[in-house]
Amino acid sequence: MNQDENVIELDGLSKSYSRFRLEPVTMSFKQGYITGLVGPNGAGKSTLIKLIMGMAVPSSGGVKIFGRRMPERELEIKERIGYVSDECHYYEHLSIGAMKNVLAPFYSRWDEKQYSQLLERFELHPKSKIRSLSKGMKMKLSLAFALSHHADLLIMDEPTAGLDPVFRRELLDMLADFIQDDTRTIIFSTHVTTDLDRIADYIAFMNKGSLVFCDSKEEIFERYALVKADNSLLDRDTRGALLGIRETSVGFEGLSADRKEAERLFGGFAHIETPTLEDIMFYTAKGRSGAHV
Amino acid sequence: MNIIISNASGEPIYLQIVTQLRSAILNGTLNPGQGLPSIRQLAKDLQISVITSKRAYEELEKEGLIDSVVGKGSFVSGASSAQIREQRMRLLEEKMREVVREAKGLNVGLEQMLNRFGQLYSDEGSE
Repeated sequence: MNQDENVIELDGLSKSYSRFRLEPVTMSFKQGYITGLVGPNGAGKSTLIKLIMGMAVPSSGGVKIFGRRMPERELEIKERIGYVSDECHYYEHLSIGAMKNVLAPFYSRWDEKQYSQLLERFELHPKSKIRSLSKGMKMKLSLAFALSHHADLLIMDEPTAGLDPVFRRELLDMLADFIQDDTRTIIFSTHVTTDLDRIADYIAFMNKGSLVFCDSKEEIFERYALVKADNSLLDRDTRGALLGIRETSVGFEGLSADRKEAERLFGGFAHIETPTLEDIMFYTAKGRSGAHV
Repeated sequence: MNIIISNASGEPIYLQIVTQLRSAILNGTLNPGQGLPSIRQLAKDLQISVITSKRAYEELEKEGLIDSVVGKGSFVSGASSAQIREQRMRLLEEKMREVVREAKGLNVGLEQMLNRFGQLYSDEGSE
């Protein structure tokens, strides 16, 4: 069994740019499960993924993948990773087929049959120039390459960007197929909460360059509560118990990170429900001070 | 076997699965020894997380309704027919309680109820 085996371990990983700082992140990604990296724009999701992939040099801290240290063992690690990104990291002037010929030799487990099937399924033509592809088609191409070398780990940066709802559903099925093998792992980032969250086991939530939490979705939905009630219930104590508040002339809505505490404080006077991930993202990003709407 | 997940319902997804599988087992739609989809297959079919479907199966295991064998998957528990009967009796009692409450609400007395109940019982024929 692979219970509690970590595929990726991050140890105090940080990065400073002139206008953005990723605060030290210490966390792990569990083997056999899907982890969604969610958070608003500028939260640091892509920076974290670039650091994991060795596409940026960390200011401090380290990355271990499959128990091996990056970047020392980068080649053998990368061979086992399928990477999907909406930023096209291919040679734009090449055709799909020519690009494949550049990439395939890097992977000892490259599967030509699987690759052609995926191209067909995604309605991509080997002769098409990469430059001519739409954003959604580039994403599909990226996915086709990532799924054609029997990767153990799929890392996807904003995979749903540019994809229509029809294909997103199909993607959901493909990911579930990938994860039928319980030694495989998927990590994806997204700033819009989508259907992808449905199948995620763990959610790592980032905000303003920091990791806020990383827990199973089950735990998150049991812990957080969305409180809706009359404005008169808001005083210093009750405000303090809420992470974010949206006040209007017809009442307030607020997020609590402690459902029991919220039930004790607001009791029968408020409507308490389970928030969506979007609620959690919105109120955490907005904070207490939030302007009146 | 059918499982329907409602996103509109406030009930947690794992509980929706537990409730529906439990009644399918108790009412005989699923038979003892019958195989259930693997945890990962169920997650795929319902488009939910693996942890959620795992939790549902663990709950059913705790109730003794299913058995999981490592490497072979999960099966409707076979050895517990007495226990299943007990569970079904409990469900029946719940329904009876419901009927009693309804009757009290309508001011239907015990005698009248027993009469009507006897009639219905014989109408259904003997099994």
